[in-house]
Amino acid sequence: MANSYYDPADLRKFGNITEWSEELGNKFFDYYGKVFEEGALSAREKSLIALAVAHVVKCPYCIDAYTKDGLQRGITKEEMMEAVHAGAAIESGATLVHGVQMMNKYDKLSM
Amino acid sequence: MAQSILTDIKKAAKKSLKAREDELADTQKQLEILSGDLFAGGDLPFFKDKISESGQFPLKPKKLEVLQINVGYMCNQVCAHCHVDAGPDRQEIMTRETMEQCLEVIRTTGAHTLDLTGGAPEMNPDFRWFVEEASKAGIQDFIVRSNLTIILANKKYHDLPEFFKKHNVHVVSSMPHYTRGKTDKQRGDGVFDKSIKALQMLNKVGYGMPNSDLRLDLVYNPSGAFLPTDQSAMERDFKKALKEDFDIDFHNLFAITNLPISRFLDYLIASDNYEDYMYSLVEAYNPAAVENVMCTNTISVSWDGWLYDCDFNQMLDLKVASKVKHIKDYNDDVLNNRDIIISQHCYGCTAGAGSSCQGTVA
Repeated sequence: MANSYYDPADLRKFGNITEWSEELGNKFFDYYGKVFEEGALSAREKSLIALAVAHVVKCPYCIDAYTKDGLQRGITKEEMMEAVHAGAAIESGATLVHGVQMMNKYDKLSM
Repeated sequence: MAQSILTDIKKAAKKSLKAREDELADTQKQLEILSGDLFAGGDLPFFKDKISESGQFPLKPKKLEVLQINVGYMCNQVCAHCHVDAGPDRQEIMTRETMEQCLEVIRTTGAHTLDLTGGAPEMNPDFRWFVEEASKAGIQDFIVRSNLTIILANKKYHDLPEFFKKHNVHVVSSMPHYTRGKTDKQRGDGVFDKSIKALQMLNKVGYGMPNSDLRLDLVYNPSGAFLPTDQSAMERDFKKALKEDFDIDFHNLFAITNLPISRFLDYLIASDNYEDYMYSLVEAYNPAAVENVMCTNTISVSWDGWLYDCDFNQMLDLKVASKVKHIKDYNDDVLNNRDIIISQHCYGCTAGAGSSCQGTVA
């Protein structure tokens, strides 16, 4: 057994999840593949969205995968960092917007 | 840590592996690595076993279409990814005598494409004579692979765009990215600005312009341990950026995968990317790309006249497995009966949409 929770080499084994549940695994990978095809959004745009989300959900495998994917697509480091900031802004905004709830509760409880 | 290794590589990369007397300058050493534990230990399949699965072993040549001639390893640049290990310190240059032998073949071959490469082919002192003679043979597509910066390297090269035009040469040039940073990291400081200037000079005489017969294509190699992706999407991005930023036109973009040999292999090992890169190549294996892999329609000739299945095998010193091994004894029929020599570097040409000197193949 690995002595840490994350091993970069495990990313290569992602496909193995179908071994324990073939139907659901295959459905997931079909869906996943379809999502990232060229569509109303380009594959390049979707790669940047995936990179931003990877950071927000703090998935090390996804960060490795979509940094590499971005390089392969010729996406620049400036574009990648802006995407990460877009994710970070939404994440911090999501925290801060709860400040309104805090303010509401504070006001309600205060004389 | 990784950054300091990369700085070391960059410093070292001002000289060829050969001049540095690096152990990877020995092609046997490279071949040992390519057949090392990763494959021998069973983690990844040997290329031979992989193509056997689809009944494609042994790999056999089809009709000869491309004659690729390497006129010397001397170059004004020392690119970090160079599979030729080219540079200013390389002295291997094709002589006029060998060029004469090549011309005999060029005049009689059925190949539709003649492809001159190097090094910087223009640095061969007999380059212009050779182009003039070869262009008389009436080959349909006559390519010179120019690194662009050579045009600006010395006054004597400034007229190359006119020279190429006069002989209706098809110019194919390397351009790793449309941004300065990525280009200079791979090819050296200042290369991007010089390349842009050279492209503008080529445009000025008519190269690469829409509807122009003067063909100007660019070659994209990834600047790091990753594979190229969708060639047409990259071409769109390159066209848009080069037009908007520098008013440059070109025809097609060829996306070429870096093969794990020579200086790129050195980089992969030193940056601890070798294993991951080989996994990426094997995972992206595409049997359809094997069908059209360039060694099936190409013969590669070295500066000293030896024959190889491709430019990569030339750099690994894997001469053709045929009774005919030298341009002076060239014989289509005998060569067509050979088996193509393969090793694990061949995964580089069969990954994804495939890779060849003309870009994707599948």
